[in-house]
Amino acid sequence: MIKTSSKVLVKGNEAIAQAALNAGCKCYFGYPITPQSEIGEFMSRKMPELGRTFVPAESELASISMVIGAGTTGTKAMTSSSSCGIALMQEALSAMVCAEVPGVIISVMRGGPGLGNIAPAQGDYFQAVKGGGNGDYKVVVLAPATVQEAVNLTYRAFHLSMKYRTPVILLADGILGQMMEPVEFGEYPYEEIDTSAWALSGAKNRKPRFLVSLHMQEGEMEAITNRIFEKHDLIAKNETTYEAYQTEDADLIITAFGTVARVAKAAVKKAREKGMKAGLFRPVTLVPFPDEALHNAAKSAKMVLDIEMNKGQMLVDVRSAVFGAAPVEFYGRPAGGLITLEDIYGQIEKRLG
Amino acid sequence: METLVYKKPECLKKDGKFTFCPGCGHGVVLRMIAELIDEFGIQGDTIAISSVGCSIFLEKFYDLDVAGASHGRSPSVATGIKRSLPGKFVFTYQGDGDALTIGLNETIHTASRGEKITTICINNTNFGMTGGQASATTLVGQVTKTTPTGRNPEYVGYPIHAAEMVAKCDGAAFVARVSICSPASIKKAKEILKKAFEMQIKGIGYSFVEVLATCPTNWGMSPVDSMKHIKDDIEKVHPTGIFKDITQTEAR
Ligand SMILES: Cc1ncc(C[n+]2csc(CCOP(=O)(O)OP(=O)(O)O)c2C)c(N)n1
Ligand code: SF4
Ligand SMILES: [Mg+2]
Repeated sequence: MIKTSSKVLVKGNEAIAQAALNAGCKCYFGYPITPQSEIGEFMSRKMPELGRTFVPAESELASISMVIGAGTTGTKAMTSSSSCGIALMQEALSAMVCAEVPGVIISVMRGGPGLGNIAPAQGDYFQAVKGGGNGDYKVVVLAPATVQEAVNLTYRAFHLSMKYRTPVILLADGILGQMMEPVEFGEYPYEEIDTSAWALSGAKNRKPRFLVSLHMQEGEMEAITNRIFEKHDLIAKNETTYEAYQTEDADLIITAFGTVARVAKAAVKKAREKGMKAGLFRPVTLVPFPDEALHNAAKSAKMVLDIEMNKGQMLVDVRSAVFGAAPVEFYGRPAGGLITLEDIYGQIEKRLG
Repeated sequence: METLVYKKPECLKKDGKFTFCPGCGHGVVLRMIAELIDEFGIQGDTIAISSVGCSIFLEKFYDLDVAGASHGRSPSVATGIKRSLPGKFVFTYQGDGDALTIGLNETIHTASRGEKITTICINNTNFGMTGGQASATTLVGQVTKTTPTGRNPEYVGYPIHAAEMVAKCDGAAFVARVSICSPASIKKAKEILKKAFEMQIKGIGYSFVEVLATCPTNWGMSPVDSMKHIKDDIEKVHPTGIFKDITQTEAR
């Protein structure tokens, strides 16, 4: 039994699932895939006990559509998957943004492309951040670096999803899903969002409502798309978060997200001990991306080094944020190639040593 | 005594009108559903799921809450809604392309899970909305935009028999196929749809009604010939009837 008040040792996947329960997730729909199957297994035990819904969906196409159904009623719902499973959800995610339906999607990345492997990787940054669905759309993407942060960001994912009526992806890598760390769950720290003004419940004593994604009248779709992007401007203004570690006087700023950022932080500490001025900039929200903060940090640096467990995906956002304020370089390994403290320290030493 | 010959059902929009081709089966079925919702008095407790196909604009016809689904995914959206609001009447309105071609997996699994929802599947043996290509239910020999010389089973395989298949699902409570090719068959279709609605309203289980419906435009036939085509040809391949009714089985 996982307690809610004091620190307990929990595996990342189970911590995310427990946090979802604490956040008031009423429905979980999912289809198994490594390295996140523990989430669904946990839910299959807990949801019936709590009188909530667990449905083992027939596919990821179905599971995300079930999330949409629950979301249209203003019910907190979640699905979880990995890489190729998330690929199957892209059409629905685009429709969900268009119809402004809330829902939480946990994406625990494995190595790819293709069926790839089950090793930890970060190759699905583009999939989450840029999206593989159709049309002009964005989802909110949060990237935890520790199990504790995965808990906090799961809470936040539910909150943002309900507050802004948008899908939110929690993007974790396989290391985080599988690793055990001490965690304090606490209670869901956000106020409940009132959904009564828009949720479907049957048109009783009020006008009928519809949450759909086909809008054929002239100008209708353009207006909706503009409104959705205005909403994202607001999200960017209010909700952008990042961690800046020793960036103020840094000659070299490392950019990294997720677990790679933890390793990078340790490498930065080691470099500082040796008198090399390194720093770390870690976006916590990948969408909205902390452009301005990164740009400002980069202004006083001699260079930016982006490090990812992929061939350079966040790199495009880093370059666009830095926008000439400093040269941007990249170091990465794809598809399960692990990046160690020594690797990163070596990269720093090569440039500052 | 005054006899009311025609009254527009309450849950059809006052200012709304069907935008289907002349003689299209969709209007007949959508109206029938509206009448039943009125009869059961469930307008304020109903959530409809619109599907991708000629009938996609449910919210423009009905004074009902409507959720949209991607092509083939209505039963899953319905599942999410019904699990969240078990007391509401939740139905999907789908075509043969939607429910039986791209969405057959969802149809079969939703039936097997015994979700307490109702699916009305309009089988006009083609993809109406995209201009009349072959679907899973297209008859052998039927000419469509993608079977220009008639459906050749050696080349593109055989039609799927939906009601028979869904009836095989242990979770299904009521499964029927009806047709709307004559006043008598329309009357019968409404009785059967009523039973399907009752299955959900009484909390008994999943109900599925396949409706053989006209698509004069893509069949290249007059509305009258289209009705005859259902009777003479389609019903031979996709016969009407009740394929499963657990309330009858139990009574026996
Ligand atoms: C994923 C996807 N693939 C294809 C389409 C194009 N499309 C729109 S409607 C339709 C067929 C609909 O046929 P059916 O369900 O039989 O409905 P009908 O129009 O005949 O009533 C297709 C293929 C789509 N909208 N989405
Ligand atoms: S194309 Fe066929 S199904 Fe579509 S509206 Fe016309 S007649 Fe009806
Ligand atoms: Mg059709």
